[in-house]
Amino acid sequence: MRELRYREALREAMLEEMERDDRVFLMGEEVGHYQGAYKVSEGLLEKFGDRRVVDTPIAEAGFAGVGIGAAMVGLRPIIEFMTWNFSFVAFDQIISNAAKVYQMSAGAIAVPIVFRGPNGAAKQVASQHSHSCAPFYAHIPGLQVIQPSTPRDAKGLLKSAIRSNNPVVFLEGETLYGVKGEVPDQGEEELIPIGESRLARPGTDCTIVTWGRPYYTVMAAAEKLAADGIECEVIDPRTLRPLDTSLMVKSLMKTNRCVIVHEHWPYGGPGAEIVDRLQREAFDYLDAPLERVTSLDVPMPYALNLEDKVLPTEQRVIDAVKRVSYAK
Amino acid sequence: MAKIIGLPKLSPTMEEGTLVAWTKKEGDQIEVDDLLAEVETDKATMEFRSFDRGVLLKILVSEGETLEPDVPVAIIGKAGEDISDLLAKVEAGATTAPAAETAPAKEAESATRAEPAMAEAEPAAPSAAEPGLRRDGERILSSPLVRQLARERDIDLRHVRGTGPQGRIIKRDIESYRGPGAAVARAPVGQRPEPRVEKASSMRRTIARRLTESKQTVPHYYLTIDADIGPLAEAREAMNAALEAQGEKVSLNDLLIKAAAVALRRVPEVNASWIGTEIHHHQVVDISVAVAIDEGLMTPVVRDADRKGVAEIAREVRDLAVRARDKKLQPEEMTNGTFSISNLGMFGIEEFAAVINPPEGAILAVGTIRTEPVVQDGAIVPGRRMRFTMSCDHRVIDGATGARFLAAFKEIIENPLTMLL
Repeated sequence: MRELRYREALREAMLEEMERDDRVFLMGEEVGHYQGAYKVSEGLLEKFGDRRVVDTPIAEAGFAGVGIGAAMVGLRPIIEFMTWNFSFVAFDQIISNAAKVYQMSAGAIAVPIVFRGPNGAAKQVASQHSHSCAPFYAHIPGLQVIQPSTPRDAKGLLKSAIRSNNPVVFLEGETLYGVKGEVPDQGEEELIPIGESRLARPGTDCTIVTWGRPYYTVMAAAEKLAADGIECEVIDPRTLRPLDTSLMVKSLMKTNRCVIVHEHWPYGGPGAEIVDRLQREAFDYLDAPLERVTSLDVPMPYALNLEDKVLPTEQRVIDAVKRVSYAK
Repeated sequence: MAKIIGLPKLSPTMEEGTLVAWTKKEGDQIEVDDLLAEVETDKATMEFRSFDRGVLLKILVSEGETLEPDVPVAIIGKAGEDISDLLAKVEAGATTAPAAETAPAKEAESATRAEPAMAEAEPAAPSAAEPGLRRDGERILSSPLVRQLARERDIDLRHVRGTGPQGRIIKRDIESYRGPGAAVARAPVGQRPEPRVEKASSMRRTIARRLTESKQTVPHYYLTIDADIGPLAEAREAMNAALEAQGEKVSLNDLLIKAAAVALRRVPEVNASWIGTEIHHHQVVDISVAVAIDEGLMTPVVRDADRKGVAEIAREVRDLAVRARDKKLQPEEMTNGTFSISNLGMFGIEEFAAVINPPEGAILAVGTIRTEPVVQDGAIVPGRRMRFTMSCDHRVIDGATGARFLAAFKEIIENPLTMLL
């Protein structure tokens, strides 16, 4: 094992897959000569040339559509959105084409494409550029939706996403690119299966399900709660569609309580979906209502003090865990 | 709004009723508690009274029909109201099960006087003296986990005090629940005296370890024999009379040590140990004697007991016991016995089974002398009896072998002179 930054892990995943399979190519705004807006694609143009690392105009609907067409005829495109906020311009391509063609062609035409890019709030980029997009895409049958929290998961899941024969929405944390973490050594190929959750922290008293940026908020809160005698078990689903609740149910049977923490609005969304499944799959094991800690139900404010309030905070996580634990 | 009126269940056991006669007709104004019809049930002819106010818009069954409870019998509503939808429902086979059970809340006062038979069936209200006990019918708030646990453990949640929001019973309440009434009787755990914790002495730990090892690894079995102790007691008296001049005495136990040693010579298979995969047949008879001391138990060894006189054994045992209590025994004086004797007769214990002292193959447990009637030559005479239980290691001593030993031992103590043979 060695330490890599999240962005380096992603770059390695693309580089390894492009070396392995010459049908794989990267396309998006500033991915080539500028080396990527967040430097994820640094060095790839030099290595693979401009037929496989393609700079595009500012035209998301256009290059998303080109990518879908390329996938339909046998290539394996990686489409980078400079941020997922800009994917809304390409929403129709993703929803109406990428997610539907396989079904509408009665299985004759697969769309093996990966849409990836930074997602979620960064710092003071205000309401239009702070979207955490998983709920929009996880709603759609026909898509796979992945949101890795750690460098290791980022690499292992992006490799699996590139190899998937389904259209994949791959949501990277805009604030996580610099995060360091252990990643298997070069030459030790790790493919993390899509649709498999991970036990991130073992515990006995309360289950917390979280992913993306709040993963780190939760891990810090769990340490503070441990000092108060509440040992939290943290589970990262990693993939939001298909959603794997098996570990959550197993954990819930032990802890009898669960808090779901995510950087999405509360209305609908993966947290609500998880609550629904857990209350059915583990009803007889619940000792307290399931709770969610989410972004507040408002457009993201620009003011930093307000932005901090809208995103899930450590204190809100601690309060929710104590509530479901009936602890003071 | 018009509603369908079903045949009420007029007694708890009523499975059907015959509508004997309507006392109202279509178009009549009905007040709450008005008599609508007479219904013959399994018990008697009962009055069918209205829970509702309104106009009897439609009679659905004719007199003489036998019906199950909740079958629609009438429609009550406002005069002139359109009841075609309700009639369609009746056609479709609707019953009024929910409506028949609960009168509208605003008419609760009439509901309480519904049917006397129903009131009888209600269980008595619990006594108010029991805290945490809820009245029947009061909703018990509890988590799904608690309901599941209550089912599994057969706990009546009415007795469990809830400490969650709004008194919800949560996991920790059911985990700390000790049974009905226990909440009153038991002080909180924190206020109960804690056990006194004592660090075990090294002797205690050794005893614990060795006896656990023995019971866990040695396949014990037990043989009990009852013997006439009269002859041995008489022999002891004779010996003590002879020893009086020297100021010495022998105890019955000393004689039993000697008898066991002689018996071991006669059935030498019992004088053996299982060691590893070998059976060690001992060529000496060294008897370990269990001695109770304040902190536990010691087993000093009388060497060559088969070759020593009883008086010598008596002197040795006394010396060993005194030094055991003073903790002056040397380790070699407590090891390498070949057979053990343990005696609890002085406490009135009739018989007991002792734990083998490995690697010895057996231990003989000696009970008290019982004076009791025995049959001798067809007559009942006073007898003095003693019971011996030998615990054997089955790896070296089979049942028949152990039994032969006890038979020899009994023969010796019932004929003490044979010790000299």
